[in-house]
Amino acid sequence: MNFDKELDARGLNCPLPIIKTKKALNDLSSGQVLRVTSTDAGSVKDMEAFAKQTGNELLSSTEEGGDYVFLIRKK
Amino acid sequence: MTQKKMAIIATKGTLDWAYPPLILSSTAAALGYEVQVFCTFYGLSLLRKDLSGIRISPLANPAMPMPVPMPVLVQVLPGMEAMATMMMKNKMKAKGVASLDELRSLCLEADVKFIACQMTVDLFEFKPEEFIDGIEFGGATTFLDFAGSADIQLYI
Repeated sequence: MNFDKELDARGLNCPLPIIKTKKALNDLSSGQVLRVTSTDAGSVKDMEAFAKQTGNELLSSTEEGGDYVFLIRKK
Repeated sequence: MTQKKMAIIATKGTLDWAYPPLILSSTAAALGYEVQVFCTFYGLSLLRKDLSGIRISPLANPAMPMPVPMPVLVQVLPGMEAMATMMMKNKMKAKGVASLDELRSLCLEADVKFIACQMTVDLFEFKPEEFIDGIEFGGATTFLDFAGSADIQLYI
């Protein structure tokens, strides 16, 4: 799937992947999609909660070769 | 949607206890919460310009994982606390855990409001210039005024 911006949060631990995701979304406009890559296993649940709390849509959450990959559409 | 609020009282000044208030505040701010942290007693350490003095001690902390078993009589030796702190910081860095400085900067950037408890500032004879800029000084009433309408209130 296409995305408008990519964030590499690999190697970072809680809460940095979420905070950096929030910051990266600030640079996008409504409807645009951010791709986030993380190695923090906790970010799988956290990203769901982030989407729920902020209203940004978590389009997908997958695991690719040990990385967690998220696609988030900005509210 | 009205903005959610979180109020925290931070009372501890060791490395392990310094993390929860800063992690929760920076994250809540990222989620759009309005956050206030009231720092009292040893929690004032979080507001000092220099955070490098914040340490962790294995002493009276039996849950702290140690690479080798260490009798209490060894833990009291000079330099053990500095060593434990250095080991913990190295471990944190290796695991990609943010430093206290980094988390605090994220909080300040996201408009988390820090309030230094005036009574304990006076008690410990701290000077205002020992603290970071942009904080407020207040008392219990200041905290309660905000906490009374907060969705989350934590005592850490």
